[in-house]
Amino acid sequence: MNDSDGESEAGEAASGKKKRDKKASSKDQKEAENKEKQTNKKGKEQDKKQKKSPAESSSSSSASNSSDEESLSEEELTRLKEQVEEKKKLISTMRNKPWRMVKKLALLREAQAFVEKFEGALGKGKGKKFYAYKMMMAKKWVKFKRDFDNFKTQCIPWEMKIKEVESHFGSSVASYFIFLRWMYGVNLVLFGLIFGLVIIPEILMGIPYGSIPRKTVPRAEQATAMDFSVLWDFEGYIKYSALFYGYYNNQRTIGWLKYRLPMAYFMVGVSVFGYSLMVVIRSMARNANENTGDGDDNNFTFSWKMFTSWDYLIGNPETADNKFASITTSFKESIVDEQESNKDENIHLRRFLRVLANVLIICCLCGSGYLIYFVVKRSQTFSKMQNIGWYERNEVEIVMSLLGMFCPPLFETIAALEEYHPRIGLKWQLGRIFALFLGNLYTFLLALMDDVNEKLTEEVVIKNITHWTLLNYYNSSAMNDSAVTLPPMDPADMPRGPCWETTVGIEFVRLTVSDILVTYVTILVGDFIRACFVRFVNYCWCWDLEAGFPSYAEFDISGNVLGLIFNQGMIWMGSFYAPGLVGINVLRLLTSMYFQCWAVMSSNVPHERVFKASKSNNFYMGLLLLILFLSLLPVAYTIMSLPPSFDCGPFSGKKKMYDVIQETIKQDFPLFVAKIFSYVANPGLIIPAVLLMVLAIYYLNAVAEAYQHANTELKKKMQLQRDEEKNKRNNKATTSSAVQDLDDLLVPSAKSESQPKPTEGKTYERDFCHSSGQLHLYFPSVGPANTPTLRLPRARHAFLSPCAQVSPS
Amino acid sequence: CGSDNLINCMTGCLLHGRYHEMAPNIVPMDYTKDPDVKLPIQLIINMPELKENPFKERIVEAFSEDGDGNLSFNDFVDMFSVLSEMAPRELKAIYAFKIYDFNTDNFICKSDLEKTLNKLTREELTAEEITLVCEKVIEEADMDGDGKLAFADFENMISKAPDFLRYKNCLKNYQMFFLYIFCSSWKDDGLAKC
Repeated sequence: MNDSDGESEAGEAASGKKKRDKKASSKDQKEAENKEKQTNKKGKEQDKKQKKSPAESSSSSSASNSSDEESLSEEELTRLKEQVEEKKKLISTMRNKPWRMVKKLALLREAQAFVEKFEGALGKGKGKKFYAYKMMMAKKWVKFKRDFDNFKTQCIPWEMKIKEVESHFGSSVASYFIFLRWMYGVNLVLFGLIFGLVIIPEILMGIPYGSIPRKTVPRAEQATAMDFSVLWDFEGYIKYSALFYGYYNNQRTIGWLKYRLPMAYFMVGVSVFGYSLMVVIRSMARNANENTGDGDDNNFTFSWKMFTSWDYLIGNPETADNKFASITTSFKESIVDEQESNKDENIHLRRFLRVLANVLIICCLCGSGYLIYFVVKRSQTFSKMQNIGWYERNEVEIVMSLLGMFCPPLFETIAALEEYHPRIGLKWQLGRIFALFLGNLYTFLLALMDDVNEKLTEEVVIKNITHWTLLNYYNSSAMNDSAVTLPPMDPADMPRGPCWETTVGIEFVRLTVSDILVTYVTILVGDFIRACFVRFVNYCWCWDLEAGFPSYAEFDISGNVLGLIFNQGMIWMGSFYAPGLVGINVLRLLTSMYFQCWAVMSSNVPHERVFKASKSNNFYMGLLLLILFLSLLPVAYTIMSLPPSFDCGPFSGKKKMYDVIQETIKQDFPLFVAKIFSYVANPGLIIPAVLLMVLAIYYLNAVAEAYQHANTELKKKMQLQRDEEKNKRNNKATTSSAVQDLDDLLVPSAKSESQPKPTEGKTYERDFCHSSGQLHLYFPSVGPANTPTLRLPRARHAFLSPCAQVSPS
Repeated sequence: CGSDNLINCMTGCLLHGRYHEMAPNIVPMDYTKDPDVKLPIQLIINMPELKENPFKERIVEAFSEDGDGNLSFNDFVDMFSVLSEMAPRELKAIYAFKIYDFNTDNFICKSDLEKTLNKLTREELTAEEITLVCEKVIEEADMDGDGKLAFADFENMISKAPDFLRYKNCLKNYQMFFLYIFCSSWKDDGLAKC
């Protein structure tokens, strides 16, 4: 058969090549390159080959082969195909093989020749082109995917900034900025939802400003509506704009699209919470996943840091500086961790101090709670009085700010008693300040509820007034001239209801804006001015400002994180009543990122003890989840139980806000949908569903616990194996306590026989079997000294039949 | 395979171009006669790819035949090929061991570790921190208990490292697909083809 001839010739050629020395084989290599560089002009190649020496045998055989294609049978075709594929794979993976150069060159030559010869035969020319085309597309696709991944990584905003902060200040400070960036992403999505589905349709398709009373500034306020101080308080023209609840009309559909605005408003409000909940929980789940994913990496922390941390791709001096700083910080962090675990402690004293610290802090919290309650009560009595000074009006805010300013440092100094690892200390600090700020929240909500209730009573009165005013207006016109119908009353003159929803929205917006201002001013003064002062006045000051008081500020992680979390809680609470609030928050987060990055790099110094951030962000996420629920409650309560204002907002005229859903179902959906919903809303269906969910949660919890248990068992096993191996290498007797106990039971003669002989690589089982016949012990077996990989299956096998094991292979 | 070899040729030409431009007077354009030319270490560690690397001297010394950093063109190509993305992990581990072994006694001992650490942190750590880290490294990686790391210990530790291969020990500027095989063929008139 001709193909066997071809094969033997190729084999000859290959072996012939192998005999040759390196220089000549490289010549062949060059020839091969030459040949392949040109396009697939087989004739030309063949000419070239015929000029040089042994390579031509393969090409001539390929020439002769092509004439014999027709005689190849099916199976031979497939066999050839497999071989060709194999050779191709060899060629493509050649670069990864750790062989000597000569061997690689020879094999490459052979494989290439083989492929050349037979691919043409198989593909009959056209197939080869198609194959080449497919290969090229595959390569292009891989390259495209890689480029796209690189591009995606580059697209992550502020990555370089955060890396720079991380390299100088450590991963815990950087974790705050990563959290900030994540929040920015979430807020951006919320903003898109609200802006696109509520505000834009209203602006584009709703009736314009000034046409109906709710969209017009009342006559009485028009004179001052454009003043800056009024605008700053979010009254005037801003109050009567699409930024607040009160602007929206309660028409069922607006515009030519028949866009159902009230329905959209309601659904967007609900989905803001739904999306936030989903995103927070997904993030927590992902972090938990990563946490349990590691197994092995505690063993070589320092070694890996030393040998694999430098990035060889760095060519830029600034990047190199950052990298040096980050490596140093990383070492310092690990050193702190190491020292913490090595500290020897007086347990009793430490416990006593910790209990004392907690008692002190609880006293502080209770004291501040009572103070807040007392002040709020006083402000309620003040609001009923007439001549109240500036202090009495703002007493609540002043007290809250003072508490917020002085309590956290107080908590920190008390916490110095506890001597926790800085990472744990941070968590405690966060928890305590969180409890403090909850008091803040409580007073704010209480004040707001009082306001709302007041407005609701007022509303009833004004409703009457409006009714009578209209009546009088039309009656008087009727009396004067019955023929002419008067134009409707100017919207600016209509008596207006108090519109509690807009008031609530305005309160939240004001709070957010003042919070932004306070934060920025604090950073500017507390960090930047202080740094300038310390730097420049130091020359002419009695003591060293940089070393002593006040020195440069450290970045306050807990304060900033909590500020961010509480701010987000406010946004969630207020976005239903002030759709524009999310936009303000997006702007705030954006500027915050740049401003705080700059402030940190220019005016802060790294912490004295730089510590690694906890592996998961779950602590922050947990707090965020808590705040999410806390902010969901007031909104849900107001939606469910308070009646909407009669003359403002998209739900005006309805008894309850959620009536809009029933209305939509009745009017816009076919009849059976309404029936389905009425069945689904039946308590008889809901209670079993809730029960089912509770059972599912219980089951999943049990399963998760079982997995965790199995995980820890496996980890323990691996650790035991590793220790045994290490002891083997060190020629030490085993440190496993179980084995040590057994060791004592052995008869002395048997013991001498069973001394470990690591150089021979014998297994323990064999020795024990020989000496003590019936003893079937489980021992980890060790293979050759250079392969310390896990050998669980072998161990199991050994357990089953230790004496059957003859040699460790 | 055709495009691969084209790129080989190109990268080979590029490399030769770089080698040549470092010392145009000494390095000939024509390598057919296999000239015995070596560039001193000072020129090589000023290459932009190596300039910022704290281990640049050690890298160059590890690839030179006589151990003092003078690279012939073959050594030069060898260096880039081992540092490229495509070189296999085992090979990288061997050379990494050579690089970190400052006193070339085929063991990474405590003083080698101290020098490595100082180079990595630009001497920002205190003396006790340095001792602590070196002791921890020996404790973690030393399998045979002799107080220093032999190649087996080093290989064992590095084979488990997640980061070792991925782009951290590579120079990306030269996408050398097949350079590893290619390097020896420069002995002949490879340049004439380009």
